[in-house]
Amino acid sequence: MIEINGLTKKYGSFTALDSLTINIGKGIVFGVVGHNGAGKSTAFSILATLLSPTSGTAVINGASVTQEPEKVRKQIGYMPDFFGVYDHLRVNEYLDFYGASYSISARDRAELIPQLLDLVNLTEKENSYVDVLSRGMKQRLCLARSLIHDPEVLILDEPASGLDPRARVEMREILKELKNMGKTILISSHILPELSEMCDQIGVINKGKLVAHGTVADIQHQLQADKVIIVTFYRDVERAISFFEDDPSVSRVTRLENNTIQFQYAGAEESQIKLLKKAILADLPILSFKQLESNLEDVFMEITKGVDLN
Amino acid sequence: MKSLFINPVLNKEFKLRFRSFRTFLGLLSYLIAIGIVVIGYMLLETSFGGGTQYIRPAQSRTMFMVLAYLQLGLILFITPGLTSGVISGERERQTLNILLTTAQSSTSIIISKLISSISYLLLLLAASLPFYSLVFLFGGVSPATIAKVMGFYLFTIFVFGSFGLFFSTLIRRTIVSMISTYGVTLFLSGGVAFLFAISISYFNYANIQPPLVLPYILAAFNPPIVFSGLFEEGINQAFIDTTGISFPLIWSYFIIYSILAVLALWVSVKKLRPNMNPKKG
Repeated sequence: MIEINGLTKKYGSFTALDSLTINIGKGIVFGVVGHNGAGKSTAFSILATLLSPTSGTAVINGASVTQEPEKVRKQIGYMPDFFGVYDHLRVNEYLDFYGASYSISARDRAELIPQLLDLVNLTEKENSYVDVLSRGMKQRLCLARSLIHDPEVLILDEPASGLDPRARVEMREILKELKNMGKTILISSHILPELSEMCDQIGVINKGKLVAHGTVADIQHQLQADKVIIVTFYRDVERAISFFEDDPSVSRVTRLENNTIQFQYAGAEESQIKLLKKAILADLPILSFKQLESNLEDVFMEITKGVDLN
Repeated sequence: MKSLFINPVLNKEFKLRFRSFRTFLGLLSYLIAIGIVVIGYMLLETSFGGGTQYIRPAQSRTMFMVLAYLQLGLILFITPGLTSGVISGERERQTLNILLTTAQSSTSIIISKLISSISYLLLLLAASLPFYSLVFLFGGVSPATIAKVMGFYLFTIFVFGSFGLFFSTLIRRTIVSMISTYGVTLFLSGGVAFLFAISISYFNYANIQPPLVLPYILAAFNPPIVFSGLFEEGINQAFIDTTGISFPLIWSYFIIYSILAVLALWVSVKKLRPNMNPKKG
């Protein structure tokens, strides 16, 4: 559905997007994560035919972004990270204008608009002026606008940014519904947990480069070579620290509060079981022994930290 | 072709323009400005009712010329203001990106923007027609002259509107686009007239014999000079005698500015969206 190959955008000596290559299948929800300025919006702008790439290709549903931009525009629904609305235009007129821009007949538009407003929970705002809507309502209206021509691909750049928690949840629910409708969605965010629930795959962009991609589990697995283990003791914390420091797979042993220590463990799961057994046999008074679940936020920080160091 | 002129962008532009209070205010100010001049002129000519208490056809004709020049000045003043922000304004309001991802062609967007801006000026012109009816009341000007003047206005609005659109598309910030458009308009309507006067003086001083190509070209670029030829055939003849070029100045004006306006619109259409494939040109 979306084939991106070596997509690069340079502004003089500055490389905003560096050889981005991703393939996204039909019906997949692909989340793009990265810091502000990482290159997400640049990539999305190129896919939306708003920016020409310096090199590389991008094909959406068989149409090349560079060779057939007119075709691409009919295939995509684009929601930019920042957008404005027209003053003196009502909600239904706003959608009607964009519907007409895609040559949808007036009769079809009259049927479509209430359905879209219902989808984004804005039915009661049908006759309100667009400029007086709240930020969350405008975001939802913009999403409805991007769906007016029933595109197969949705390109959503930070759709939940600047929203309060309630509006965020509402937006997430709408996106889940779109996913169930079989839309191929490319969505960006700088907040990972926002994407982890709804995305089939995730790509992490840092300094214009795709530094990791795959399913959420894949990415977590890639980064869990060094697990973080937390152990709490009844007493003898000093003896426990020297015990764990003797193990070659253990590193960075740190004492925390309340007789608790934390260390990184590079061994496999079987070795981890043996380590615990050995500790008990050594008569260490263990109250709890647990592996810290790394969340996506940690994964993201870990990946981008690695790239920075390189 | 029909969709080029009757399209959603045009409909939306009409809706937005005519719902705005500024539109009403602009129309009101325009009519007040013209009304003050026309009524003021009539009061002066009739010595506030204490003098002749009537307007002779010759005075009516002068009033028409004053009105026509005033309206040309207002058109040259208002057109850049109306058009130099139509694209850059959308960019600043962050509505342009969304518009550009729709299936609307660049030509359709540019032409719609131009038509909607011109339409407002046409409304101003139409609203000012009752003042022209006063001229008919007192005689001195033929309907054909009024038709020619209106045609000249229309063309001039189209030309300077195209220039405004051109700068609005090329320059990201409205204020810079506006300054550029006003700069060009001021140069073509004022600066060129000054250069024309200098060139004529120089050619007379140097006793250079006609044909005087440079003064002719400068005059053809200047709306007020060309405009003066619409009222009096004698002005045209005097111009031919001076420059030695008999090709009607008004036609040169139309040809030069038609080319420039079409060029400005063509560049605007080409530059509205990025060239997605630079190799293809």
